[in-house]
Amino acid sequence: MLRYIAQRLIAVIPTLIGVSLLVFIAIRLVPGDAIVTMLGTEAGMLTANQRAALESYFGLDKPATVQYVTWMGDVLQGDLGFSIRHGKPVLDLILERFPVTMELAFVSLVTALVVGTTLGTLSAVLHNSFIDLFGRLFALLGLAAPNFLIGTLLIYVLSVYFGILPNAGNYVELTEDPVKNFEQIIFPAMTLGFSFSASVMRTTRSAMLEVLGEDYIRTARSKGLRSRTVITRHALRNAMIPVVTLAGVELGYLLGGAVIVEQIFALPGLGRLTLNAISQRDYALIQGATLFIAINFVVINLVVDLIYAVVDPRISYGSHK
Amino acid sequence: MLPAKGIRLIVIVAVLVMTIGITAPAMAQDGSNMLIMARAVDSTGLDPHTQTAFASLRMLELVYETLVRTDENLVLEPALAESWAFSDDGMQLTFNLRQGVTFHDGSPFTSEDVIVSIERILDEETGSATRSNLLSIESMDAPDDYTVVMNLTLPDVPLVAALSSINTAILPSELIAEGDPSATVNGTGPFMLESWQPEERTILMAFADYWGDGPYVDGIEIRIVPDESTIMAALRAGEIDFAMLNDPLIATLPMGGSEAIINRAPDISYHVLQLRAAVEPLDKLEVRQAISCAIDRQQVVDVAALGEGMVTGPLTMPAWQVPLDELFCYEQDLARAQELMAEAGLEEGFELPVIVAVAEPPTALSEAQVIQEQLRAINIEVTIESLEFGVYVDRWLAADFTAAIALNGGRSDPYPMYSRYFQYDANFNEVAGYIDDTLDSLMKQGQVETDPEARWEIFAEFQRHLAETAPWIWLYNGYTYTGQQPWVTDFTPTPTGSIFYLSEARLDR
Repeated sequence: MLRYIAQRLIAVIPTLIGVSLLVFIAIRLVPGDAIVTMLGTEAGMLTANQRAALESYFGLDKPATVQYVTWMGDVLQGDLGFSIRHGKPVLDLILERFPVTMELAFVSLVTALVVGTTLGTLSAVLHNSFIDLFGRLFALLGLAAPNFLIGTLLIYVLSVYFGILPNAGNYVELTEDPVKNFEQIIFPAMTLGFSFSASVMRTTRSAMLEVLGEDYIRTARSKGLRSRTVITRHALRNAMIPVVTLAGVELGYLLGGAVIVEQIFALPGLGRLTLNAISQRDYALIQGATLFIAINFVVINLVVDLIYAVVDPRISYGSHK
Repeated sequence: MLPAKGIRLIVIVAVLVMTIGITAPAMAQDGSNMLIMARAVDSTGLDPHTQTAFASLRMLELVYETLVRTDENLVLEPALAESWAFSDDGMQLTFNLRQGVTFHDGSPFTSEDVIVSIERILDEETGSATRSNLLSIESMDAPDDYTVVMNLTLPDVPLVAALSSINTAILPSELIAEGDPSATVNGTGPFMLESWQPEERTILMAFADYWGDGPYVDGIEIRIVPDESTIMAALRAGEIDFAMLNDPLIATLPMGGSEAIINRAPDISYHVLQLRAAVEPLDKLEVRQAISCAIDRQQVVDVAALGEGMVTGPLTMPAWQVPLDELFCYEQDLARAQELMAEAGLEEGFELPVIVAVAEPPTALSEAQVIQEQLRAINIEVTIESLEFGVYVDRWLAADFTAAIALNGGRSDPYPMYSRYFQYDANFNEVAGYIDDTLDSLMKQGQVETDPEARWEIFAEFQRHLAETAPWIWLYNGYTYTGQQPWVTDFTPTPTGSIFYLSEARLDR
């Protein structure tokens, strides 16, 4: 098992180098640099000397290859670079924002899994009933309605009909005030979880329908087990493998920052940080943040693979007995 | 011990209570005298000499001050200078400075700070875009602590207006000599910068020793809420006291049951269709004039900005505007447009690529679409190229476009507003794509004419000539929007979008 993990981690290195190179080149190919995005059209009022002074301030005066090698060298020593626009090391900025993103991802994932698996299971067990119809409608709506619509509607309803808006740009950390923090995180998490709960519902439902038709379910029922035991212990557990895969991929995305939801609900997460970095051409921050997101993604993929073994003991890694 | 069902019930109730607990309006700021404000875009830096983004200037205007400033009617008024005067030959500009003014750190404000600050802007190492407006300053003298004499290379009348921009803020000489103005803020303004968390919040505290009126609040908390609809929601919900809004489509939304109000002030920035006369077939006068005649400017305002704007000529400042009926083809005239196209030998039309920046301004794409529809009448096929802002600016600066929808900044004085575009050696003449002897000469006369009436005439002629030659099609100027709760009083909105008058605002919750 450990050997398997080690092998997987080594295999990740070329992926990460590839990602960092791709991002490094892509952002430099996009027109506009930090000076242009900071000054806007006023950048055109600069004399050549003024421009040169600013280029050296932003570190844009060195050749791209030198910039990459220097940056990579720093990264290997745990230094992701320095964001001039924020006046802070990139790693500090990421670590400040990551808890927000992590909390949002976690709460929305839990919400989606609870809602999705419950609805999916009920839909499958009560196949073609009213509940099944409702579940399928819910899934259809969840998959069709984009985040920005749900989020904006939610904010509209909250502010116009209830006269509240838990987060008007005054985000409170979990450690500072858990109740206030929960109030601020629950609505964006619901927005984010809605579409995901729809995919979880559909996946659970179809997996359950398949499993419920299996011989071992009939055997279990004929042994005289309670229907609830059959469904939760025998059917659901086996139907969970595709859901775990789905959740893993989704979590990988969510930890990269939920850009739209973070924008709408004014959450200072990783997605917003990266988006702003891109529009400001904050190269160090873009490179650092994308590398961080890529690392998250591959680690989560690995964890999901390991979880398979827990959900389905038939799957094992590393030991060939 | 509770039965399993009981525990489950408690958990469910607890979650519900936590969720519904939110429905009690938060009003966290009850009783506090801090003004809570929200806006979508944050400052991009703290150095007033190099920052040019509107968002940065709006914050810096609260902490730094200039020698003069413009009031809500765009009239120059004393700030750090109590009075100023040109010498008879116009070659010297003397400022009498205000006494008893201190910086936030307690050090006194003197003529040395003025000289060192202006010298810093003129120093190319600083990278200040506003330097180009101050090039007539040859040298400066300080006869005493409260007098500054600027020796000029020509009688530069608009120099005073240029010195009202926050980009010419006066910094303490020690900060320039030993500190880093991009990291340390030390101004003479009504508020002191307490903290700045980029893209999150800025805390400003009232400066107790401020020389002017106010401030009457303890401070201002500026929160960044990236989505303007969320800012409106926060205003409706009473979560914030004050808001800065940019998008007319959002600022004009109904307020629901809330008593919050939206202030509008005519903006001096102008929406314009920039044509580049350097590119064929726009090099033909008739073609540009045909475009001008074919466009129904009022319809652009009505459709793209929901009527939130006023059709304008090149100058947006009420004191300088000539009546629109004196400008060439300001009423749509399709017959004339078709005639002009025929004269140019282009009845068949041509393709006109137009670049627009995504959401900069928010109405840009709609403006382009209305114009696309209108120009179809004279067989011009407008193709719209929608670009991310950074890409747009890059193409714009490189003059790599045929036509562009732009929102260009206005000034209180016409000279600095257009000197960068319409003079032979101007920085943006290549971008503007057009110049002729008349324009160049009018600009140069306008810079040095000291008689106000004669100067007005020069710029009236300048406007008529621009409309006639149609290098650009001026469309409209919109409004600057701020939103506030009824308990915020004594705030005056301005045409420059400055929120300086928050220094006079009071909170009466």
